[in-house]
Amino acid sequence: MPEIGKIVDEVRDPWYRRWAGFPGEWKRRYRGLDDRQRFQVGVVIRALVVIGLIFIGWPLALLVAVLFAVPYALAYVPKPWNRFNKFVIPTIVLVIAVTYPFVYSGAGVRLEGRTLNLLGAYPTLGTMVIMGVYAMMAVGLNIVVGYAGLLDLGYVAFYAMGSYTAAWFASIQFAHRNIHFGAVGVGPNTPGIHISIWILLLLAGIFTAIIGVLIGLPTLRLRGDYLAIVTLGFGEILPQVARNGDNLGGFNLTNGPNGITPIDPPGFGNLNFLTGSGTFWTTERLYFWGVLVLVIITVFCSLRLRDSRLGRAWIAIREDETAAAAMGIPLMRTKTWAYATGAFFGGVAGAYFASFKQATFPGDFSFNISAFILSMVILGGMGNVWGVVLGASFLAFLNQQGLADIGHSFNNTFGTSLDVPKYQFGIYGIIIVATMLLRPEGLIPSARRKAEFHEGVADTPLYDVQA
Amino acid sequence: MSAAAAVPSDNILELENVQTFYGSIEALKGISIEVKHGEVVTLIGANGAGKSTTLRSINGLNHPRRGRIRFQGRDITHASPHDIVERGIAQSPEGRRLFPRMTVLENLIMGTFQRKDRNNKKAVNEDLDRVYSLFPRLSERKQQKAGTLSGGEQQMVAIGRALMAHPKLLLLDEPSMGLAPIFVDRIFEIIREINSQGTPILLVEQNALMALDVASRGYVLETGRVALADDAKKLKENEDVKKTYLGVAD
Repeated sequence: MPEIGKIVDEVRDPWYRRWAGFPGEWKRRYRGLDDRQRFQVGVVIRALVVIGLIFIGWPLALLVAVLFAVPYALAYVPKPWNRFNKFVIPTIVLVIAVTYPFVYSGAGVRLEGRTLNLLGAYPTLGTMVIMGVYAMMAVGLNIVVGYAGLLDLGYVAFYAMGSYTAAWFASIQFAHRNIHFGAVGVGPNTPGIHISIWILLLLAGIFTAIIGVLIGLPTLRLRGDYLAIVTLGFGEILPQVARNGDNLGGFNLTNGPNGITPIDPPGFGNLNFLTGSGTFWTTERLYFWGVLVLVIITVFCSLRLRDSRLGRAWIAIREDETAAAAMGIPLMRTKTWAYATGAFFGGVAGAYFASFKQATFPGDFSFNISAFILSMVILGGMGNVWGVVLGASFLAFLNQQGLADIGHSFNNTFGTSLDVPKYQFGIYGIIIVATMLLRPEGLIPSARRKAEFHEGVADTPLYDVQA
Repeated sequence: MSAAAAVPSDNILELENVQTFYGSIEALKGISIEVKHGEVVTLIGANGAGKSTTLRSINGLNHPRRGRIRFQGRDITHASPHDIVERGIAQSPEGRRLFPRMTVLENLIMGTFQRKDRNNKKAVNEDLDRVYSLFPRLSERKQQKAGTLSGGEQQMVAIGRALMAHPKLLLLDEPSMGLAPIFVDRIFEIIREINSQGTPILLVEQNALMALDVASRGYVLETGRVALADDAKKLKENEDVKKTYLGVAD
């Protein structure tokens, strides 16, 4: 009975499972190769990608080719210079980022008088600011999720807390007070509290860290899935408080669903005396450079923390909680520190974002944002700061502008009329699923995480934290 | 030293009628154990007799519901695990529990986490050298990921990591479990060597014969109680122990 045999085979091994196993099969083959063969396969695949990109646009192909070539070139750097290798790529990226406002124009990037247009999609400076803000939040979440291994599905609560801190102390929300301190461009008779946004960033970070500790103390006794669900709950609670906080016993704390607006924008004073012209220090450029500095500080702190005693304790807890306790690592205190630090960066990012948008609304803080930031961490590579920054920039760019731009240029080329941004969550879903299938450790994985995904994790909780 | 707590005694560790529960299950039904300065004491017994639970009661992972635990004359019954490590009780936990994705060296350094002089490079290096001289194989493998070592080597790392804490008392939970016979011999040699350098050891073992060989005294646990307590030599001669734990037929 060949037909029955065929049906049984089909049921046992249906087409979708065969297809789902397809990337895995190639990975198995790849793993069977030796180093030299892997190198050759790598070169061929990269060459094919570059050739494919030429059809889209030669500048993009050139850019990608250069990025591909850098690691190969670095392998030939003479020994004494080796230790500078790890600074090369960050420096290149940093130089590109700092000079971006000079080469960017509305139509694309200008170089040598020509306008390069890749895919019709360059981030505007406004988009770059938002990418930076998300990068900060993702780096903050990475401390909680990537370093300490605590799944937090309510990170948006910290973002909200930071935003509202900026809103309270730099707007006309509390109009019966009249406190001014260092705010740029606010008249002395404007009602409300107006404190310099740079002080508020720190204040928002500290406030949010305190909230993080308060949320953390009861919840961090839980493990794994339970922790994730409780954090999810807190992520919903805080925006609800904001939504309903317009009448707390007669006191208007959050202005309810109408949100708080306008918030003072980040103040930079008048820098034009440096250059004597009004075209160099435009507010957009300043906002962008401002967030760039904040991202650099965040990344620096995050890297230093990772290599500190606290960072080693986080990684130990992620690796094996019981063993960590046996080494004398105080579990609750260490986890709470992870939470507070992650919250701090979330709060700073939220405050800058609110100030940049000059508004904050409870509707901004939905669960989507928590999931979105977590996706950035997963896509970039949990535990690796550079990966997380890349993942955050990429997804934030797509969300803010990229999908619309790419859709536009797609429609122009093929004469279609697709509304691409409408499918955003489908597209992010595909990106995340593809990441999980093809590269579960993320774009730039941390060495430890990578090992984890390839060996599988044997985690058997033996006891729960007490007192 | 707080004056009230310091009771003169040659016991470094005392358990007094300790009762520990897992939820509503009484795992230890009142256990009293002593470890004197400089000696090796072993707990033997069948699966589920409460050997590991005793260690977990001591190191604070499962606090006893009743009874007292004193370390160097001070009450540590309800101290937290990190506090207990800081006071000088280090352990090699059951199943070794290394940090698999850290290197051997990183694992060993984790052992110094609660030490006061952890930033003193010289002191830490001296201890590293001591561990490497006990386990020369580890110095060859210091940059290897701990998860890729063999079982015996992992056990060496686990013991070495505990030694890095500079313990006043060492708890070893089933150090011979799952090891090849040649490694078992080696591990017990090492236990003897560590003890000869002055560290008292509380050793939990299923391999009763080997354990009683290195220990000066032993306790036989049965379903959460101390069934027998005696010198290790006498326990080895005891007919019941012979039959049940040593597998010696008459």
